[in-house]
This record gives sequence, structure tokens and C-alpha cells, in this order.
Amino acid sequence: MAKRPFDIQAQPGFGFMALLTFFALYLPIAALVAYSFNAADSLSRWDGVSLRWFISAWHNSAVQDASIRSLVLAVSAAALSTIAATMAALATTRTRPYPGLTFKYAFINQPLMVPEIVTGVALLIVFSRIKVWTGYSGLGYLIAAHTAFCIPFAYLPIRARLESMDLTLERAAADLYATPWKAFRFVTLPLLRPAIIAGFMLAFVISLDDVVITEFVKSGGQDTLPTYMLGQLRRETSPEINAIATVFLALSVVLVTTFYFVNRRKP
Amino acid sequence: MGTRIESLLRSCQADRLVVTIKTGTHLPRRAGALNGVIVPEQPGKNAIEVRGVRKVFGTGENQVAALDTVSVSIRENEFFTLLGPSGCGKTTLLRLIAGFDFPTAGEILLHGQDIAPLPPYKRPVNTVFQSYALFPHMTVAQNIGFGLEMLGKPKGETEARVAQMLKLVKMEALKARRTSQISGGQQQRVALARALAPQPKVLLLDEPLSALDYKLRKEMQIELKRLQHETGITFIFVTHDQEEALTMSDRIAVMSAGKILQVGTPRDIYDRPAERFVADFIGETNFIEGEVKSAADGRATVRLSTGAEIPASLPEGFTPSGSVTLVVRPEHAHIGPADANASLRGTVENVVYLGTDTHLHLKLDDGSAFIVRRQNSRGGGEALAPGNRVGVAIGPNAAQALKD
Repeated sequence: MAKRPFDIQAQPGFGFMALLTFFALYLPIAALVAYSFNAADSLSRWDGVSLRWFISAWHNSAVQDASIRSLVLAVSAAALSTIAATMAALATTRTRPYPGLTFKYAFINQPLMVPEIVTGVALLIVFSRIKVWTGYSGLGYLIAAHTAFCIPFAYLPIRARLESMDLTLERAAADLYATPWKAFRFVTLPLLRPAIIAGFMLAFVISLDDVVITEFVKSGGQDTLPTYMLGQLRRETSPEINAIATVFLALSVVLVTTFYFVNRRKP
Repeated sequence: MGTRIESLLRSCQADRLVVTIKTGTHLPRRAGALNGVIVPEQPGKNAIEVRGVRKVFGTGENQVAALDTVSVSIRENEFFTLLGPSGCGKTTLLRLIAGFDFPTAGEILLHGQDIAPLPPYKRPVNTVFQSYALFPHMTVAQNIGFGLEMLGKPKGETEARVAQMLKLVKMEALKARRTSQISGGQQQRVALARALAPQPKVLLLDEPLSALDYKLRKEMQIELKRLQHETGITFIFVTHDQEEALTMSDRIAVMSAGKILQVGTPRDIYDRPAERFVADFIGETNFIEGEVKSAADGRATVRLSTGAEIPASLPEGFTPSGSVTLVVRPEHAHIGPADANASLRGTVENVVYLGTDTHLHLKLDDGSAFIVRRQNSRGGGEALAPGNRVGVAIGPNAAQALKD
């Protein structure tokens, strides 16, 4: 096929720009991954290939503790936000458009627009009050905060799916004697499942990755993996951090890839 | 089979009528009547009674009355068609009967019980959707069994009924397929089987044939008629296709702008339209103007512009006076000499040969257009050419007066 005259690939300098962007995006990550296999004690010297920092991180009880907390938090927040997002998506799509619906979209997506630092400070004020009143200082605050900012991420794929789904399917189910609950259970939910899984995974990654809000909300000794890493970098720079970051990266890549494949599957 | 009936009918008609009628719209209609499911003139029990139903969409200034106080009775075991152009309210009426929408005012009775306030899942009425709306995550058999399962029927009963329905629509071989793996015509059959499986009191069909190609549509028309006959369920069929309506229906309601204009057998609707819209919407029509000389007992004598006086049938309960519009179908008028005995006189403008018959486009002396359809037969009839002067004879039962 002949190149079209306005094909971007035919423009001079395109290849160079692409290459530059590619390096800018991936060179730091490549460096991080490479250095995680460094045998040296310092971040700045290369001393040959070794898995010692992976092993060291694996046996570090603080890393273990933060990892488990991160996973518990991410799974809880993703599950709760996916449930809330599914309900919100159903409520905003399975209705005739009415004035105020756009406002509701904005309201649901609010965490995407408000700067995280603002939410973090606000939550710090509110939660510290509640901590004083109730005496409870467990993981619940973090789960609540993470659930709130994960909702829009879970909401978007579910709503997109519902909007593209033929409304007459639910109507047909009702016509065939399915009560609203049964119609949801046997028709809507099975067809929505890929979007719900996608929403869950997106929320999971977002929660796993969060630093700012977590930093403000967490009580003492409630480090998640990202806040632990941040804390480590402030004190000393151990190459262990590189190893943890690499594992983190691998986990994200796996999740995002799964997300892509689940979302691509058509009913 | 179909062709044999057609040729049989053709000969029947030839015996009965002065001018042999043979058109695509006519024959299948007769074939439908021959199936003899019901003689529409005999009043049966009503399956559905729509009483003074109004449906208004929007509020304030944007209000639109999709249905403007509609009343109609649909008898048990009837193939009833709602016919009209898009936006006439036929689908709205169907949706109100199905329960997908609720009337602004009025009642919908199913065997005497008002179902208008009930949600769709509490109505013993099933729908075949225009888009079929088959569940894509289920097999053919699961789709058909869905209604029975939702009704909480025992597993054995559901399976037996599904097997029976698969046989009825000839889909046994494909029962384990996903609905995305079968053709449009097959999806149509599955949609029908799914809606018929719970044995509804009334089956609603929302333009179910519109997505099929011509040949498949013709097949499905016969198939639908057969299914209705075998199941004995009342069918309410929505279409904008007048030919489809004439072919399949026991009775037709012609709708326009949210109102039902006329209800009757296909023959009534075609031969005796009461209003201009009905006459114009269904088949080809000539309109001629005249003065009423006398009118009584459903018959009138009308004086035409040529001075000829012809008899005309009147719509029920309508006695015109003064000027009136008459409808004459092209096949009910015939060509004769342009003498004083002719009802109308004019010049041939165009001769259109259509294989089975010929259309003669005339320009009458008063300037209006008129079409006469002549059946072609070997050696029959003198050849006419544009420019020839001809007379038009209108038979004693050919003209029908309109209310408007």
C-alpha cells in the first residue's frame, strides 16, 4: 500500500521524535530493573549480576509487613469500590436522561479532579477527629479512603460496557417473567462480568500505587509498600528498593495486561 | 404448495370477478384467508381490550401524544396487525400491552382483567423483538427455556417444552449453539420459540421480519401463520409493510398520528377504506371527486364530472351529502370506448408493462390522473398506445366513498 501524503510516518523527523520519546519513557525504568540485579552495596556502582537484593528484601520483615498490608488494602478497596461503582453505573445508565445527570457523573468522578493532596489533608483532619472520638485507629481509615478514590476508576469501564449493552436484553428478560433482581442476576450481571473484572483490576492497581493520600491517612506503623519505599529513600539508599520496585513493576505489568485481554473479549 | 394455492385462487378469482385481479398484494392475502384460522366477522371472546388509552411523552410545551385515545378489541386466537407508517404509535401501543411503558390514561384488559398497571414480568404476554434480543451468553436451548425457568417450572417440564419448541421451529440440530453462531433467520426462529415457550395468552411481534431479506421474509410470513395456527395463541403483529399486513392478518388496524383510523379484515381495508389515508397507504388508488345525488343504507349514487352517475359503497355509519371523494382501485376499473356510456373519459398517457399485467396511466378530461390495471392474457384486449382516447367503466361495486 502506498503511503498517504499526510501520513504522520512520512513526516521528516517523526522517527527521531518517536525514538526520543521511547527512550525518555523507558530508559529510567530499564535502568531501575537493571540495577535491581546489581550485586554492589551502593546504588551508584555496578558490581555484577546478583539476586541478593531480591533475597534480602524477601527476608526483610518490614517489607513483608508493608506488602501484606498493601495487598489487604488494595483487595478490600478494589472490592468495595467495584461494588459501589457497579451500582452507580447501573443507576446512571439504566434511566432516562434527566437534568442533573451530568452533575452526578461529575460527582462520581470527583476524585479524578480534586488534587490528591487536598483530599489527603481533608481526610487527615476528619479522620484524626474520628480517631479521637472512637479510639479506633486500624486499617479501616485507609480502606475507606482508598475505596473513595478508586470508585471512578472502577466506574468508567463498567459504565462504558452498560452503555454499549442492548437495553432490550433486560426488557426481554422482564418480558420472560424475570423479576428485576432475576433479570440482573441472569442477564445483566453475566454480560457485565468482563467490565466488572476490568474495573476491579484497575482499582486494585490504583490503590496499590497510592502514596499521597495513604501518607496523610495512615496511623503509625501502617506503612504500605509505596510509603515504606519512600521512607527508606529518605533515610539511607539501599538497593533493596530497586528490587522491590522491580517486583512492583512486574505485578503492575501482569495486571494491566490481564485487564487489556479481559476488556478486549467481546461477548 | 404456495404456488398451487395461488394458481387455484387465480382461477377462483377469474370466475368471480369481472376484471381478473392478480397482484402481489392480493394473492397471498387470499391464501392467508384460506388458512381459515378464524372467520373475522364472527365475534369471539376478546383477548385484549384497549379502552381509551392515551400515551403522552414529554412535559409542558414538549408534550407529544404518541397515542391519542385509542380503543380497540383484539379477539382470541386472532392474527391482528397494527399497520401504519413510522411514528404512528403502533409500537407504543405494543409496548403498553407488553408493559414496557404505562399509559397516561385508559385501560388495557387481558381477558377482562386490567393489566395496564402490572410490570412486564407479571403479564402472561410475550414479545418477539425487532432486534430479537437473544441472550448472547446463552445457548439456543437456554434462551428458549429462560421464560419457563423464570416461572419456576420443574426442570423436566422445561426440558420437554424446550424440546417441543425446538421441533416446532425446526432448530433441534442447533440447540447447543450460541446465538451469535447462527444466522439471522435462525435467530428469528429462536426468538419466536423463546416467546412461545411459556405459552403466553398473547404474543406480541414488533416488526420481527424487517431485518430479513426478501426471500426469507416471505418464508417467515408463512411460518408465522403456521405457528399461530398450531399454537392457537393470539398474535398482535406490528408492521409498516402493507403487503405483509394484508398477507398474514385476520384483521388489521390502520394507524396514523396516534389514532386508529380503521379496523377490519384485509379485504375490508383494501376494498372499503373509510378514509383517504387508509386508501392511500394500502395499495394503489385512484381518487375521483363527485356530487352525491342520493344516499341511503350504505349505498350512494354519485354524479361524476363527466355527468355519469355511478353507485358507491359508504363507510359504516356515514351518510354523505354534497361533494364526496371516491376510491377506485386500478384493477376495479376497466377500459371501454370513449362514448357517452363511459363513467370517465380521457387520454392514455403511458402504458407500463409489468409482466402479469399492464398499467394504463390516463389523463382524464378534467385534468386528473387515473390508473387502470389490466391483466395480460394471450391475445386478449386491444393494444393501447399513448394518445389513444379511452373511456373508463367503473363497475357497480368498484367505488367506495371516503369520509374525508
